[in-house]
Amino acid sequence: MSHDMSEDKLPESHGSAGQHEVASHGDPFADPGLPAHEPRRTDIDERAAKRAERQVSLMFVVSMLATVGFIASYVAIDADKIVYIFPLGHVSALNFALGLTLGVALFCIGAGAVHWARTLMSDHELPAERHPIEADDEVRADVIEQFKTGAAESGFGRRKMIRNTLIGSMALVPLSGVVLLRDLGPLPEKKLQHTGWDLATPEHPLPLVNMNTNKPMKAEDIVVGSLTFAKPEGLEEDDETFQQQIAKDALMLVRIAPENIKDKDSAELGFEGILAYSKICTHVGCPISLYEQQTHHALCPCHQSTFDLADGARVIFGPAGHPLPQLKITTNEEGFLVATGDFAEPVGPSFWERS
Amino acid sequence: MKKLSARRRHPLAALVVLLLALAATGGLYAAFAPAEKAQADTAAQSLAIDEGKKLFAVGCSSCHGLNGEGSSDGPSLVGVGSAAVDFQVATGRMPAQQPGAQVPKKKNIYTQHEIDQLAAFVASLGPGPVAPTEKQYTSTNPDDVAAGGELFRTNCAQCHNFAGQGGALTQGKYAPSLEGVEAKHIYEAMQTGPQNMPSFPDTTMPEEQKRQIVAFVRNLNEEPNPGGLTLGSLGPVTEGLFGWIFGLGVLIAVAIWVAAHTTKARKS
Repeated sequence: MSHDMSEDKLPESHGSAGQHEVASHGDPFADPGLPAHEPRRTDIDERAAKRAERQVSLMFVVSMLATVGFIASYVAIDADKIVYIFPLGHVSALNFALGLTLGVALFCIGAGAVHWARTLMSDHELPAERHPIEADDEVRADVIEQFKTGAAESGFGRRKMIRNTLIGSMALVPLSGVVLLRDLGPLPEKKLQHTGWDLATPEHPLPLVNMNTNKPMKAEDIVVGSLTFAKPEGLEEDDETFQQQIAKDALMLVRIAPENIKDKDSAELGFEGILAYSKICTHVGCPISLYEQQTHHALCPCHQSTFDLADGARVIFGPAGHPLPQLKITTNEEGFLVATGDFAEPVGPSFWERS
Repeated sequence: MKKLSARRRHPLAALVVLLLALAATGGLYAAFAPAEKAQADTAAQSLAIDEGKKLFAVGCSSCHGLNGEGSSDGPSLVGVGSAAVDFQVATGRMPAQQPGAQVPKKKNIYTQHEIDQLAAFVASLGPGPVAPTEKQYTSTNPDDVAAGGELFRTNCAQCHNFAGQGGALTQGKYAPSLEGVEAKHIYEAMQTGPQNMPSFPDTTMPEEQKRQIVAFVRNLNEEPNPGGLTLGSLGPVTEGLFGWIFGLGVLIAVAIWVAAHTTKARKS
C-alpha cells in the first residue's frame, strides 16, 4: 500500500480546468475523482476582491461601533428608563440597548468572518487521504515479541506473590478517591426522618397555623372545596432556619365531604373530612399544591406526579414513588386544629435509608 | 277661642286651614315614609327574584333544574350565592357552551342588570357568598401590591404562574391567565372557587388579603417589560422551546447555508 498521494485523484489529472468531464469512459464505476476547480468572481476580478475586502472590513467596523455603542448606552442610559418599542411594548431602554448593541457586535464579527472565508480565502480542494490507524505487521510483531520478552524477564507470571499484591494495590488505590467523597458533607442522619411536627405529642398537641394570617384555625374555618396552607406553631418567617424548616413542615389542608373520602385510614387521620397532607412532592421535593377541588387531585408542576387526596394521596400518575405523607390532626378543647404527632413516614423525595 | 271663631269668616281663613291640612299630611307622610320605603325595597327584591327565575328557566334550568336543584348535567345551585353567579355568568363561562373538562371563558350574553336578577334568584335558594361591592376589591393603599405579591406566591402562583399567566392542570384542565380579568371577578373567584379552583373563604383568607391579591394582579398587568421577549412569561417551557427550535434551529439553518454554498455543492 502506498502512502504517497495517488496522482489520479488530483484535480490536475482531469484535463483542462473548467471542464466537468470525468474519467468514466467505458467503466461506469470508475472513481470520478474531484471536479475541476471553479474560480470565484473574487479570484479573477481584482475589483470584486477589493469590494469583498471592503465589505468584510465594514462589518468589522460596524462591530466596533456597536461595542462602543454598548459601552456608551451602559454609561448614558438610566437603568429605570422605560420606552415604547413597537412589537415589544414597554421595555427597559437600557436592557434593550445593551442587547441590541452586543448582538450586532457579535453578529458582525461572525458574518464578516464567514464572508471573508467564502469570498477571499483560498477555496482550493485539498484531498486528505485516510489510512488505517494500525501499524505495519512487522512493527506489530516486533512489539508483541518485546512484550513477551519483557514479561518473561520480569518473572511476572512465575512470581505469583508479586503479581497478586500488585493487583491488590492497584485495586485499592481508587478507594482513596471514594474516601474523598466524605468531604461532600456529613450524612443527614435522622434529619430527613423528622419534621417540625415531631414536637407534637398526644399530651402536648401542636396547633396548625394558617400561612396567610399567621393564626391558628378552627375546624369550621376550612370549608369543603377550599385549600389552606399551614405551618407548625412556633415556626416564624424571621427564624434563621425558616426556609429549611418549611421545606419539610409545609402542610396543605383540604376538606372533602366525608362520603367522598375513599380511604378509611386517611379519613381517620383527618378531622371531619379535613385532611392535612405534606405539601412536598415525594418525587424530587417540589412544593405541590395544584389542587383540583372537584376531582380531589393534587398535581406537581415539576414532573406531573398526580395524587388523589380523596384516596390517601395515592399516586395516580407520574414518577412519584410514594403517596404524600398525611398528618394526624384533631381539635383541642378550644376547637383549634392541632397535630398530635409527626408524619408516619418521612416527607419529600426518596433517599437510601428511607424505609 | 273667641278670637278664632270671630275670624272664621275672614277671607284668609280658608288659606290657613289649607296650610294646616297640608302640614298635617306632610307630617303624617314623614312619620310613615320609612316603613313604606322598606316595603317598596322588598317589592323590588322579590321582583328581581321573579325576573331572575324567568331568566333562569330559559338559560340555566336545562342543566341545573327548574329550581336550581341540580341534575345529572349540572350541580345544585343551592347555597352557591350571588358571587358565584356574578362570576360565572359575567365572564361568559355560564351558560356553558359544551360539557367537558373545563368550561372556558367566552363572550357574555347577559347585561349586568340581568345577571343581578339571576344572582338574586340563586341567592334566594340558600345562603352563600355575596357578590362583593366595589369597596371590597378596590385597594387604595400602595403597600397592598407588595403584601398581595407575597400572598399570591403562597396561594395562587402554583397554578396561575408567578406572572399570572396561567398554566396546565390534569386531563385537559387548565388555570386560566389572569391578564385583563376584572378586579371584581378575581375577588369572586377566590371567594367561590369556580370549577376546579379551590376556594379561599374569608375564614382562611380575610377580605383584606383578597383585596391585596387583587391589587397585585392588577399591578402585574401594568408592569412594563424589563427587556427582551417575555415569551408569555410561562417560564422554562416556552423558554426551552424557543431556545431549541428558534435558537438552535437558526444556527443549524445558518450552518447549512454556509456549507451549501461551496464549490463542491455547485456540481449538482
